[in-house]
Amino acid sequence: MTAGGGEPLLAVEDLQVWFPIKGNGVLRRTAGHVRAVDGVSFTIARGETLGLVGESGCGKTTTGLAILRLLEPTGGRVRFDGDDVTGMGRRRLRALRRRMAMVFQDPYSSLDPRLSVGAIVSEPLDVHRLHTGRAARKARVGELLELVGLRPELRDRYPHELSGGQRQRVGVARALAVEPDLIVCDEPIAALDVSIQAQVLNLLDDLQDELDLTYLFIAHDLAAVQHVSDRIAVMYLGRVVEVADRARLAAEPAHPYTRALLSAVPIPDPPRERARRRIILEGDLPSPADPPSGCNFRTRCPEVFEPCPRVDPALQEVGRGTGGVPHEVACHLHGVTGTPAEAGRAYS
Amino acid sequence: MTDVALPPHRSRTRDVLGVLSKNRLAIVGLVVLLLLGVVALFGEWLAPHSPTRTNIPNRLEPPSLTHPFGTDELGRDILSRVLVAARVSLQVGFIAVGLSLAVGVTIGLVAGYYGRFVDTALMRFMDMVFAFPAILLAIAILAVLGPGIRNAMIAIGIVYTPIFARVTRGSVLSVREEDYVRASRSVGASGPRIIVRHVLPNVMGPIIVQTSLSLAFAILSEAALSFLGLGVQPPDPAWGRMLAEARGFVRVAWWMGVFPGLAIVVTVMAFNLLGDGLRDALDPRQKSVIESRGHLL
Amino acid sequence: MSTGDVVLSVRDLRVTFGTARGPARVVEGVSYDLHAGETLAIVGESGSGKSVSTLALTRLIPEPPGRVEGEVVLAGQDLLTLPPGALRKVRGRRIGMIFQDPMTSLNPVLTVGRQVTEGLEHHLGLSEKDARRRARELLDLVGIPDPERRLGEYPHQLSGGMRQRVMIAIGLACEPEVLVADEATTALDVTIQAQIVELVQRLQAELGMAVIWITHDLGVVAGIADRVLVMYGGRVLEEAAADDLYADTRHPYTAGLLASLPVVGEAGRRLVSITGLPPDPVDLPPGCVFHPRCPHRDDPRCATELPPLREVAPGHRVACFYELPAEARR
Repeated sequence: MTAGGGEPLLAVEDLQVWFPIKGNGVLRRTAGHVRAVDGVSFTIARGETLGLVGESGCGKTTTGLAILRLLEPTGGRVRFDGDDVTGMGRRRLRALRRRMAMVFQDPYSSLDPRLSVGAIVSEPLDVHRLHTGRAARKARVGELLELVGLRPELRDRYPHELSGGQRQRVGVARALAVEPDLIVCDEPIAALDVSIQAQVLNLLDDLQDELDLTYLFIAHDLAAVQHVSDRIAVMYLGRVVEVADRARLAAEPAHPYTRALLSAVPIPDPPRERARRRIILEGDLPSPADPPSGCNFRTRCPEVFEPCPRVDPALQEVGRGTGGVPHEVACHLHGVTGTPAEAGRAYS
Repeated sequence: MTDVALPPHRSRTRDVLGVLSKNRLAIVGLVVLLLLGVVALFGEWLAPHSPTRTNIPNRLEPPSLTHPFGTDELGRDILSRVLVAARVSLQVGFIAVGLSLAVGVTIGLVAGYYGRFVDTALMRFMDMVFAFPAILLAIAILAVLGPGIRNAMIAIGIVYTPIFARVTRGSVLSVREEDYVRASRSVGASGPRIIVRHVLPNVMGPIIVQTSLSLAFAILSEAALSFLGLGVQPPDPAWGRMLAEARGFVRVAWWMGVFPGLAIVVTVMAFNLLGDGLRDALDPRQKSVIESRGHLL
Repeated sequence: MSTGDVVLSVRDLRVTFGTARGPARVVEGVSYDLHAGETLAIVGESGSGKSVSTLALTRLIPEPPGRVEGEVVLAGQDLLTLPPGALRKVRGRRIGMIFQDPMTSLNPVLTVGRQVTEGLEHHLGLSEKDARRRARELLDLVGIPDPERRLGEYPHQLSGGMRQRVMIAIGLACEPEVLVADEATTALDVTIQAQIVELVQRLQAELGMAVIWITHDLGVVAGIADRVLVMYGGRVLEEAAADDLYADTRHPYTAGLLASLPVVGEAGRRLVSITGLPPDPVDLPPGCVFHPRCPHRDDPRCATELPPLREVAPGHRVACFYELPAEARR
């Protein structure tokens, strides 16, 4: 359940993904960078689900893509089962793709409309030459479809003939085809209808038990994330601002942003909902091309004080939750630690 | 675990044909092209007379029952010549366009998918080719290669390559960013595999449309080159060549130029009508309101 | 919540679309009364007919292939019998609309100012100068800082939250009696959603208008609605005061939706999902539209007879033959 002893399956260390902003001149010189992911660190233990939650533009999807090297990180390291993913050449990367898979947000755009369900699910098998031979291949595809709760006859259908929930199940079956250890789920339920969301969440839950999977569950919906995750990391503007086990994060959020996020999640219970004190954040997300100095969140933080613009807060432990899981927060309210803002921005 | 009744099987090809069948002009184009195909295949048998046998006493006869399109200055039957020439025109069109299709689409796929300097190098080269006026470039190429039908096909093929490269690259740029391409990369698929299996099938729509429009242009180009004496060589009939021969007789024998001219116009029109129809049919926005369920409902 | 007189009365509203496969019955006999100052939430999944049923109020539906029947009475006048010209005077002027996606609902080539003043000049006949002044006030009202500068900007220069505020300003421009918010916060992040919800509630209190809030999110509804209609397959399955709907759920569909929602602080509970898929409007099931997915379809009438909306408690109506036992009502 929790991050205990032993080597973590995935370790992300100071991951950085910056996108260059090209100028308009003839030479198209780089005029600056969008700091989509700006120094993110976390670990995931084998069999664990880490929820990565944040609002649009916080860099959570970019983090997921960079872990799988579907985007090239510009700094930091990703280690999977002890191996450095960031330095891998093409061959080793291909081998790695058998152990890490991804489920995408939009089941309408993540399935090739020109391929049948069977062809989509067997693509990973083709690529890695698994279960070769017509009969073996057909049997394996049927098995995978049944595993995600679809009838094997669906293999001859095309994506446009399926509902959103069915498509997302096909996406999950494709991810499972290579028998991965880790699945990165990027907003897997955001595009689905309410009554279908629970079906997919339950499916992911069952598969984890059955196949001993490790998940990185990326979503903007804190309620869903809290439901499926053992631990939760909260991201804001390219940084992780808080990490804790799910119970502690919901009960004792320590970062002002997490508190605001929690208070904004609606509860389907009118009297409770009316009685809540809601923290309304002022303004919008600053541009990741020009983040505020010091603490990223200070421009919207209701509790901003003197050191915030000066010192870039580091994650610090503020307590331990269930099973001794450390609760870490990057906020000066819990003691001013971190790098001085000037030093932090010297490389830009 | 749940599953529900399968929705009825619906193929996309049938959707496209359904929309196309409601477009009357496109159907007219299609029917004309089918007829032209028959003429191209069986021209010799359909022709009432030999297209090449001269008959000087009968020269420059106006349209009549025996010679519905009249005869030319050597007494050859114009209807027979127009029918037989259909094969040459279509053949040149298809082979030349096939050439530019193969080369242009490959360049467009590679440039669009790999991007960066591969893209810059290939597309700047295509821009250079594209910068010349089409017919001048074809003439220049034929000046180097020498006249003849085979070289005319090569020249026309080269001239229309950049259009295919551009059209393909444009579509590839958007398909490349689709999640299903990313999903394919995430399972370890190689670049060539992704291009062939995912990108190409999804950019076929605009390429099909461009093919149909280019066929029209290629047939016009062949006519122009033959008119200039650079394409089909005598005594074989070709529409462009027949127009050239009619030039000196416009005042005395209008039928010499009008009928081959009409053949060109009808063929080009038919390809254009079909191309426009295909464009509309392949455009997903054509889908009926109710099919975009969840969007409106 | 204090509510006033009935401002809008909808009776037996039906919307049908002609399709290649036959008529799609998208809205089937929806009736409700909307009171001044009240917030009515219409909840449903995609395809439930919730959006179409409100677009149909002012016939904002292409006809054909659409067809709108029934009665929509706004201050004693049946809107569905009005000629097109008179109907246009109702749209925006007396019934304001806010749509889901502020990116596609705003015209990208017109400045914010032009789009806000359009209705003011057209409906209220204000001069350009007065309309501009009023637009500035409206942007200020919806909490957009530096309104003068924003009026000259284009939609792409604004953030998602700001664009949605502009949409609200446009919706409010003519101080309509009824404001329809169609998934107005769905595309927004939760913290921005909270800002927008608070804004609409404040404006409603200030201006005393009635709001129809259309959403798929039972969580959002809990915080804002006085009354809730639950729609499914084009029909109203349950109608109740918000507190009763959540505390005393009577319809198996509503109960299923609530059980399938993950709730913060209740992690570990297994979600109870509704099996199957929503119905196809061209091929609606006979009997109760929900019965193919219903866990309680034991009554033989479920598959053959349409359950009428019956009152089970004051102001609480349910279209179901089955009596949900008290312990299943949450």
